[in-house]
Amino acid sequence: MANFKKATSIKDWLNQRLAIEKVEKVMGSEYWIPKNINFLWAMGMVLVITFAMLLVSGIFLLMYYQPNVDLAFDSVNYTIMREVDFGWLWRHVHGVAASVVFLIIYIHMFTGIYYGSYKKGREMIWISGMLLFVAFSAEAFSGYMLPWGQMSYWAGMVITNLFAGGSLHADGFVEWIRGDYVPAQAFLGRFFMLHVLLIPLAITGLIGLHFAALRIPHVNNQDGEEIDFDAESKKYLAGDKAGSKVMRFANDFMSKDMMVVGVYLVFFFYLVFFNYSFAMDPVNFDPADGLKTPAHIYPEWYFLWSYEILRPFSVDLGLILFAFAQVIFVLLPFLDRSPNAIAANRRGPMFMIWFWLMLSNMIVLTAMGKLPPEGIYSSIGFVSAIVFVAQWLALPFITSFEKKV
Amino acid sequence: MMKNNETLILAVIVFFSLVTYFLVEPFAHKVLHKHVDSKDFVYDGTDDIAQVQNTITKLESDKTDQEKIQKDEEKETLRQKNILESIVSAKSKLEMKKTFFADLKRISSLKGNATKGKDLYVSCTGCHYDGAEAMGGVFPPTLKNAGLIYDKNYLIGIIKDPAIISNVDHKFDEMVLHPMDSVKYMVSTDEDIANVVAYILETAPKAESLTPKIAYENACGRCHALKYENWTQLGTKPIFKHKKDELAYDIKVLEYEDAIKVYMGKLPPDLSMYTRSRSQDFLRTFIENPQNHLAGTAMPRTGVTADTAEKVLEHLKDAGDTKRHEREEIAIYVMIYIVIFAIFAFLWKKQVWRDLH
Ligand code: HEC
Ligand code: HEC
Ligand code: HEM
Repeated sequence: MANFKKATSIKDWLNQRLAIEKVEKVMGSEYWIPKNINFLWAMGMVLVITFAMLLVSGIFLLMYYQPNVDLAFDSVNYTIMREVDFGWLWRHVHGVAASVVFLIIYIHMFTGIYYGSYKKGREMIWISGMLLFVAFSAEAFSGYMLPWGQMSYWAGMVITNLFAGGSLHADGFVEWIRGDYVPAQAFLGRFFMLHVLLIPLAITGLIGLHFAALRIPHVNNQDGEEIDFDAESKKYLAGDKAGSKVMRFANDFMSKDMMVVGVYLVFFFYLVFFNYSFAMDPVNFDPADGLKTPAHIYPEWYFLWSYEILRPFSVDLGLILFAFAQVIFVLLPFLDRSPNAIAANRRGPMFMIWFWLMLSNMIVLTAMGKLPPEGIYSSIGFVSAIVFVAQWLALPFITSFEKKV
Repeated sequence: MMKNNETLILAVIVFFSLVTYFLVEPFAHKVLHKHVDSKDFVYDGTDDIAQVQNTITKLESDKTDQEKIQKDEEKETLRQKNILESIVSAKSKLEMKKTFFADLKRISSLKGNATKGKDLYVSCTGCHYDGAEAMGGVFPPTLKNAGLIYDKNYLIGIIKDPAIISNVDHKFDEMVLHPMDSVKYMVSTDEDIANVVAYILETAPKAESLTPKIAYENACGRCHALKYENWTQLGTKPIFKHKKDELAYDIKVLEYEDAIKVYMGKLPPDLSMYTRSRSQDFLRTFIENPQNHLAGTAMPRTGVTADTAEKVLEHLKDAGDTKRHEREEIAIYVMIYIVIFAIFAFLWKKQVWRDLH
């Protein structure tokens, strides 16, 4: 049995029971971070903060939200927006954070791609990250159902219809998901449960996994340099802070994280107060009406690129390519055959072009996904979707020609 | 070691984010939503005449439209015949509207005599009075504020021919008359019309007395409920002591709504959240001339002045964006707080990193 002595202070008392000093070292002061990283490495922290804001604002909304098809719309637009003190603020924080979190996720992902941070032992970081992306997508979609507006209803209709699998005509499966022939009470109840319980639980667990996956390989750095963390941390602890290639997570890198978070929050609250409508589609302020199809049905901006991969093709091919687009990013660590885990601009022209084309093309897909599929827009969308697929098919080939630098 | 190009990186991120934002927001909205120019709430018939002219142009082009031409000769002859008939009736409608708006212009230039108008005004209050009976599906709205909320041209027009000035003449013919149609036999000469309108304008209450709420209730309230402001088409819903009385009231509302449905073909929507579901620009140009956005719609042009329209929009904001003043007020404090946080975070970082270089 452990030997407990009379504690000399509260800290000592806790230390004997929880080893808080050790925990603090492992998680903070002796969690070593390379020095040659830029503010893009603060995006993880920005995501943590945004997730925290989503959680807190969501808890406040949950106190008044009514998951009932007859009450949901008014509980949000009347009770929360008008009756509850600052309910409007929580709602706008929640709505804007749900949209901005995807902007940051995309920046975070493309940072990972640019610096090759998904290779050489960092595969699990990438995979857990992609699982987070999937979980966040499900969270955003289920949350979008809750106000029970026109877009909730019709996006719910369109997206669940995808599960019929085109020519497979698995209508029974679609009904099973909806719990009814059309989105109705059973549907709303399920998505409510998913949104406030199951998916947030999964996200919390996945964030834990993501962090655990970071422990052993440590974060990458902008030079792709392989750092001897033991030697460098000894140097730091011996007092040569300036000469060491690493720094403590807390407070060294955390102070930079907080600086970036500060700038981010200025941007974030600017959106919350002055420019929130991009995050809350006007159409969803019309109550759900199963008899009146909106003129244009489109998902939120962060799903548009994959929606546009679905749209230009026949139903079956579209679904196959859509499924392809959903999973292909997960496989990145295995499709990239290059021996280099360094920044894209040092990997030779092929990957460099691949990277910037992927980014720009996804923006084009995003834009076309919102526009009506007519004339020039549908042609551009078609070409872009093909370019997207072709780029992924080409990736293993172009990267296997890459020479070690 | 690579140089730390943080400014460049930031510039790249801001650039790609802004391009994406521009494409999915302002640009997509421009493509998805029809743009309609406001005519500044002047009701001189420009829109109405252009609308009929467009119909004629479209019919003319249909005549020779390769895609629509029928192979079957008999069917094609029939099609041509139908088009020609439509063109003839559209052309006569065009003439009718041109004459109508020319008449309006003439009457508008007359100097009406309010004293004489007062006697004629009695024919209006036969239908329009507080607690008036519904007629043809809707209540004749109170005219207490008519001189304030309606445009002068529109008032002349509604006496001359309510269906045409409201731009819903497509709904009516010799068999189905506008519920206020009979007025043109009661007040028929140019002078009479000018006199009644002069009376209405002269007895208009002071501009300050027209609150956004009254503007809405007078101009839109007989058709559109506004649940979040507790408004039904019958008026502000009272608080009832007894469930029975409340149910009785609700039934009256339902019966009234059924009657509007018969008159309008559908129930005018509750406008509680329209300030957020539609752009202000849409609402403004829709009020000015509903046909601009929903061709063939049953909603009449209400003929309000630009000021009244702004008040109506304000009331819609009171219903659907009630906390906007609080939002604007708090915004500045939150921004100051966050900027101070950012400054402190920056100073902290500088202090911590001093030893790291
Ligand atoms: C036969 C009954 C009747 C008479 C007489 C009558 N009205 Fe009306 N009026 C109505 C009805 C019914 C409406 C509502 C029509 C609707 O909403 O479609 C109406 C609507 C109006 C409106 C509102 C139009 C709008 O679009 O908001 C005005 C203004 C008006 N009348 C003015 C007058 C004036 C001025 C007179 C007298 C010269 C008059 N009315 C006489 C029945 C009448
Ligand atoms: C005489 C009845 C009547 C009056 C008065 C009236 N409306 Fe309407 N309104 C309608 C009807 C009917 C519709 C449904 C039109 C349709 O869907 O074709 C409608 C639809 C609308 C819409 C929805 C348009 C859309 O995008 O679907 C708005 C907004 C609106 N009205 C605003 C107003 C405002 C503001 C006023 C007052 C200035 C007003 N209405 C006065 C009958 C009326
Ligand atoms: C809300 C969701 C997420 C949170 C909270 C989160 C959090 C973090 C944090 C705190 C870090 C360490 C600091 C940093 O490098 O930024 C990190 C690193 C990383 N994340 Fe995420 N992340 C999320 C989603 C994702 C997604 C969707 C991906 C992409 C698949 C991803 C891929 C990575 C990678 C590759 C790294 C390592 C970066 C490096 O080694 O340089 N993460 N994440």
